[in-house]
Formats: sequence, C-alpha cells, structure tokens
Amino acid sequence: MAHASDLIASDIEAYLISHQYKSLLRFITCGSVDDGKSTLIGRLLYESHLVFEDHLAALEADSAKVGTQGGDLDFALLLDGLTAEREQGITIDVAYRFFSTEKRKFIVADTPGHEQYTRNMVTGASTADVAIILVDARKGILTQTRRHSYLVSLLGIKRVVVAINKMDLVEYSQATFNSIADDYRQFAKQIALDDITFIPMSALKGDNVVEPTAHMDWYHGPTLMGYLETVVVDDDTASLPFRMPVQWVNRPNLDFRGFAGRIVGGVVRPGDTIRVLPAGTTSRVARIVTMDGDLDEAVAGQSVTITLEDEIDVSRGDLICAGESPAEVADQFEAHVVWMHEDEMLPGRPYLLKIGTRTVGATLAHPKYRIDVNTLDHLAATTLALNEIGVCNLSTDRPIPFDPYTENRETGAFVIIDKLTQNTVGAGMLHFALRRSHNIHWQEVRVDKAARIAQANHRPGVVWFTGLSGSGKSTIANIVESKLHAAGIKTYLLDGDNVRHGLNRDLGFTDADRVENIRRIAEVSRLMVDAGLVVLVSFISPFRAERQLARDRVESDEFVEVFVDTPLDVAEQRDPKGLYAKARAGQLRNFTGIESPYEAPEDPELRIDTTITTPEDAADRVVAALRLQGIVP
Amino acid sequence: MSIQTTTAASTAQPQISAGRLTHLQRLEAEAIHIMREAVSECERPAMLYSIGKDSSVLLHLAKKAFYPSKPPFPLVHVDTTWKFQEMYRMRDKVAAEYELIFHRNPECVKLGINPFDHGSALHTDMWKTEGLKQAIDLYRFDLCFGGARRDEEKSRAKERVFSIRSPQHQWDPKRQRPELWSIYNGRRSQGETLRVFPISNWTELDIWQYILLEQIELVPLYFAAPRPVVDRDGVLIMVDDDRMRERLHPGEEPMIKNVRFRTLGCYPLSGAIESEATTLLDIVQEMLLATTSERQGRIIDHDGAGSMEKKKQEGYF
Repeated sequence: MAHASDLIASDIEAYLISHQYKSLLRFITCGSVDDGKSTLIGRLLYESHLVFEDHLAALEADSAKVGTQGGDLDFALLLDGLTAEREQGITIDVAYRFFSTEKRKFIVADTPGHEQYTRNMVTGASTADVAIILVDARKGILTQTRRHSYLVSLLGIKRVVVAINKMDLVEYSQATFNSIADDYRQFAKQIALDDITFIPMSALKGDNVVEPTAHMDWYHGPTLMGYLETVVVDDDTASLPFRMPVQWVNRPNLDFRGFAGRIVGGVVRPGDTIRVLPAGTTSRVARIVTMDGDLDEAVAGQSVTITLEDEIDVSRGDLICAGESPAEVADQFEAHVVWMHEDEMLPGRPYLLKIGTRTVGATLAHPKYRIDVNTLDHLAATTLALNEIGVCNLSTDRPIPFDPYTENRETGAFVIIDKLTQNTVGAGMLHFALRRSHNIHWQEVRVDKAARIAQANHRPGVVWFTGLSGSGKSTIANIVESKLHAAGIKTYLLDGDNVRHGLNRDLGFTDADRVENIRRIAEVSRLMVDAGLVVLVSFISPFRAERQLARDRVESDEFVEVFVDTPLDVAEQRDPKGLYAKARAGQLRNFTGIESPYEAPEDPELRIDTTITTPEDAADRVVAALRLQGIVP
Repeated sequence: MSIQTTTAASTAQPQISAGRLTHLQRLEAEAIHIMREAVSECERPAMLYSIGKDSSVLLHLAKKAFYPSKPPFPLVHVDTTWKFQEMYRMRDKVAAEYELIFHRNPECVKLGINPFDHGSALHTDMWKTEGLKQAIDLYRFDLCFGGARRDEEKSRAKERVFSIRSPQHQWDPKRQRPELWSIYNGRRSQGETLRVFPISNWTELDIWQYILLEQIELVPLYFAAPRPVVDRDGVLIMVDDDRMRERLHPGEEPMIKNVRFRTLGCYPLSGAIESEATTLLDIVQEMLLATTSERQGRIIDHDGAGSMEKKKQEGYF
C-alpha cells in the first residue's frame, strides 16, 4: 500500500508497534456532486499514497472512458461503486472508504448530496465523529449546505469542518473565504453547531488537502488531513455513566452465567454497583470476562462478558447501568423521527422499535410538526413520507430504559421496523419521556372483569369478521348475533358502516384513516370484552397489521378471526350497495379490492367460503367455533 | 492484544486509557457485537468457512465473542474439490475442534465441473454460488456469517453488515435496509435469509496486523516456500496435484519457485506471487510495500467492470 515510512523497510517490528496504538476516526463528507466531494475523497486516498497500481490503472482507463476531467484523472471514479450509479454519474447510497496514515485509521462514509436522499446521509452521519461539509467557493452557502448542516447537528455530530472548495476558481480570494465563513457562522447559531473549522482548499488542484498550499499565504490553519489526523474526538462516551445493553446470556454450564454486551457509556470495574433496567434490580459486578483473561476495567466501546455477585434475572434487551446514575424508564416519549421507506408512516399502526438490543411494539402518534430541512421551518403534517423528518410522540407496549439522545447516542437512538415486511422503515432519536407516562396509574376498580364474567353464563370475546365489501360479513354476523342472543349470551355488533356514522365519522378511506378506524374499533372491542360482552365486529379491515393489533388487545383465547372469503368477482357481482360500480366508474377512491389492497388472513380461526356455504350454515360454524374456544357454553 | 515479540522494548506497551481504544480494539469489539446480535436474532445461524485468512480471523473472533461458551453455530465449507491440498488439511484440523459441515454441489460432482474445461465463471457459479445456496436451503440456515470486507472491491463498499437475501438468495441493492448507529435489524420475512459480515470495516492491513497480534494460525500457503508453478498468461499457477499435471499446455514445464499466495481459492484460479516472506512480519512488511491490491491475484474480478456486483445479485457471497 506504499505507506511512506522508511521504518517499513528497515524495522518492520518498530513500525507495527507504533501503529498498534493508532486511533480510529469515522467521518462523513456532505456535499453535492458539483461540490467536488468524490474528487476530494479520491484526492485524500491518492495523496496518502493509498491507491493501488491496479486501481490506478482502472482509474486511468475509466477516466478516459467516462471521466469528466478531460484527459486528467477523475478521482470521483475511485468511489462510485454500483454500475448503474456510475453510468448516471451520481452516487445513490452510502459507501464506506478506508484509509490510514501514520497517525490514524479513517473510515469515511460517502453519502450523496442529491435531494431525495436524506435517508442515506442520516445513515452515514449516525456513526460519524466528524462531518466535512463542502461548499463551492463560487456559490457560497446554499440551501443544501443548510440541509446537510442541520442533519449533521440533528444526528449529534459535534465537530464540523466547512471545506470551502474550488478556491482556485475565485483566485484564492481571502475576502470570499471570510464572507462565506461569516455567513455560515450566522446560520450555525440556529442549529447549535459550535465546534466549526473553516478550511479554504481546492480538491482538484490539491491545495490544503494534504499539503499546505503556496496559493493562500493568508491562511494559517491546518490542512484538511492535518485536522483529521489531530482532532480530538476522544470518546466523550467514556466519561458518561456506565451503560451496557445485554446482547446474549452466556451459560456454558451451570456454574457460569455471564451477560455479554458492548459497553456504550462509561467505565466498569469489578465491585461496581449496577442496576438492571427496566426491572430496577441491583447487584455488583463480580468479573469482567474475556478470552484474553479477566479485566480490571473495561471502557465504552469494548465488548465484554460481565458476571454479577447475585443471582438476579437478566435477559437480552436489559440495560445494565451504573447503580448510582441509572437510565430512565418510560413507555411514552417525544422523539425526532426520520422516515426511510417509500410507504409513509401510519400513525396508530403497530410497528416494532429496536433500541439498543431491545425490540418492543410501538405506535407513533400524528407528527406534532414536520421540519422543512431546507428552511428549518416547522410545517403541519399528518404523517411522514420517505426522507421526511418530524417530531412525534410515541408509545411502546412495555416500559423501556433509555437516555435522551443528546446525552448518549447509543441509548437514545432507535429504528422502526415494519411488522409485516420486517424492513427498517424509520429511525429516531428520543428527546424525553412524556410526563403522563410517569403519572398515569390505573384507576383501581372494585368490580373487575373477573367479577363481571362470574355474573354471566359465558366468557367475553371478539369475533372479528373480515373480508371484501359485499362478501357477506354483516349478513352472517347478524345471524350469529340472533343465535347468541337467543341462548342468553350478552352481545354487541359493531358494524363498519354504522360506526362510520358516529365514532369514526371524521375518518376517510386513505390508508392512514383506515388504520385509525381499526385502531378505534380495536379499543372499543377491548373495553366491551372488559365489560363481559361477546363483540361481533364486521369490518373490511384490509390490513393484517391492524387485525393483529385488535388481536393483541385481548387475551389470546378471546379472539376469533373469521375470514369471510368471497372472490372479488363474486363480491363485485353481488354489489349490494352499488359501491363496486361507483368505484369502477372512478367515483369512489381507495375502494378495497379496486384501488386499495386487501391482505387476506394467513391463519384465521375460521375461513368461510361463501361460494359454497349458505349464511345460515356459516353462522352455525361461527357459533361452533365460539363453543370450541370455550367462550360460549 | 499485543504484539508477541522477544524484544525488551515491546513489554513497555502504552497503557490504553479510558476511552482511548486502538483501531484494532474498536474493530474487534464491533465484530464481536455484530456476531452476538446476529446469533440473538436468528434461529439457525452458520458461519461460512473458506479456510482463508479472513475466515481464520472470523473464527477467532467467534471464539472471543462467545467465550467461555463455544460459538453456537456450525461452520460450513462449500467445497469445490479444487482447493489446495494444504487447505483441506487445515479444514480437517478445524473440523476436529468445531462442528464443520461440508457441502459439494452434487450436480458439479456428476458433471465434473472444473476451471480448466468450463472456465472460471461457470466453475465459480456452479460450485460456489449454487453450492452455497444449496447448503443454506438443505440445512435451512437463516443466517450465514461471511468474511467479506468493504475495502475489497467497489461494489462491496456499499454492502450492509446485515445483508438481506430473497428466498431465491438474491441480493437487491435497492432493497437493502438502512443501517444506523450500531442497531442491526436481523428480522426476516418468510424464506428470506441474512448474510452477516462482521469484519466489513476491516482492511487487509487490519487483518494481517490482527493475525500477528493474536497469533492466529493460517494455511502455510500464505508463507513463501519453494513450490512447483507454471507461468500461464503472466499468472503463476501452482501444480498442486495430478489433475494439473494432466492439463499442462504443450511446452509448459513446472518450475520450482519461492512463492506464496495473498488470497486463496481454487488452486487453478489463485495466482501466486514470488516472495521470500516466510514469517508473519515478513508478510506484513511485503504487503505494506506492495503496490497492487489483493484481489488482483483473484481471477473472478477481471471478468469485466461490475462483475462482482453481478455475482452478488446472483447469490455469490
């Protein structure tokens, strides 16, 4: 790799010992294609003598073929990875690059400056210690400069280099440099960035990238490489209170029970008092075990296995904290959320939230506001689309330990996962726990569910009829209710159309409204089950995730999902309310089966094929299913 | 972690103060973290073991990650029958200590697929790409560790640490999940599998330096020794067994040269370099002074621009 050190040839051992104690710096470069970002990284690699001859040969060939620098080397080509991107001339994803100098090893996250790719920049920034923001000296601070700076600040990067590039095209003018730096300082106050270093450079010509330039004798600061090699990022995390999310319980035999994890804050030593959250139990550290022997001390960043003095219950997802300064525990929060998927966020839909090593169920409320990343204005929003950032309240289905993101990036950051596709669809940063999360205590009630059940001759439950419009849900549900009523069972029928006239009359038929519609019905059903009733719910309820939500609201043996299975063409032929005709004529938007999807149940308690079953027989089968599940006698 | 040497100077190692981990300590901790997350979020993990130096490092990291337990997964070797003899010896040695599954694509066995008659592209696709898919399907692994690194090749630079594959084992660059902080999403839909790369952020130098520090045992082929080779289109190919001797071109005469290998694969596809490096220190020194990248000796990357990306989409590791 042609490292420029005589020691390599003369005393390799001395060289390696000196390199064994190098530190690691991760940084991100932000800027658009036109700012010369790829050129800058290519130049850093090239001038650090880190480009191999075969890579260089490929670069020369590529430069001649698709390069944009005439006959000269196009350093940008060293970086663009995927074929499609290379042809388009833009990078569309995060690429990681590696180089090292005598002093440090570097990992560069190269992220696109292209408008719609906030997602990638946020990803790259999440692991960076330092950000380099490129500014074209001819253009000054642009909208995208503000956008990148805001994202850098949002993701908690404290140290920023503003690289004012293409100085060769403004005659290396000090006045231009100063005026841009002043503009930037003004703006930076708004977003709470204060550790800023301005460097005038030309990535194309190599001025102030690695070597100081003779063209700007008015500048006395560091070169970019000089800055990167010496900036102190020393893990602010080591001075935080001790935190270790438990990844894995290590039980090789009955005599050993260790908790494996990576320390994400502070220092730990044997004898330290610790507290395990969310349970709140305490103990003391017995040993810090590694394959290389027990440690006297371990610090943030290290992966270790800890044993405790007491036999307390600890499992994956728990957070082991310093006993005297534990993390907070809550189930309702305010957070910044960055949406990362083409399917927009659905407030009220049950998602998964992964924080540290813990995964829990979570729902997001409607955003309080969305942030225009270009102007930093707060805008009204009902949801978040791909690449949008907003502030939302969210609640988890269990209390979770956390620190505010601004205090600890590792214990305050989370990702949101879609339950069906298992994709990561969003990411966020926790601000604080909502007060009501601490203050809501369940009102103690004397007459409870058990008392109400004891008074009746049956158990409560939910019979959830799902199927296309016109499938026969309501017809069957009505017959079932008559039969149950005749048997002295206390029932209530919730019908989609009826509820939409009252409780849900503010809701339309967009995906977001459908989710909210079902969420309310699920909650009403739960209350009715608590009241001791058998609730018959007749709703199209097209999405699996929401039916799952309804199921999760009650005990597992209290829910009977009935899939009223009627093929679309049959339902459309019946069209009892004339709705299919309207939908086909374009008069009814978002109609299930026509413009909006229906996700059939995968494993319902009962499936009724209405093309071969009469409504009367179907109702008998439902009652039989209720009997089988022990809800009715 | 320290360099094992006999010199007095090395005993005075600088103390690592709080929050000041070395780059290798940080990389090691990150890899261990990744392995534990992966194992915790899947049901049937496995580790692809290719016998090379990156696999050796990966296995070493796995021992550390789960110590004092043994790594809670089997190793899988997807065999092509064309590996170097010394590699098979190493594999058998590892198999004596760890659960090791090896799989050969039965179709390749039947058709006698080999790099001489069928070319490197078909050989690699049939034995390795198809073989790996078969092994994953056969044993129903839902997660497989691999030793790929982002510095190896341009298309790898964008690879996620947790890389999701379709039920047909395809890698879709558009469908890869965003990966933020150190939070990895190991969840899968029906039929999907994961490839997990714990040493994504390591470079070739990091690997060698770590091998040196941790004294990790390697296949002797990495060290220079007199070996019989032929010069074929400028690439030194080792005459590893009789199958090669039968296929010598007219006028080709094996010659004994001091050579070693920077990367190991199937012997007819791995070019040797002339070298006098017989110790780990020599190798690191030679590498630091080298001017070509390690994949140059590997024939599959030269199939044309974007060839690795194409192979990945088809399911190559």
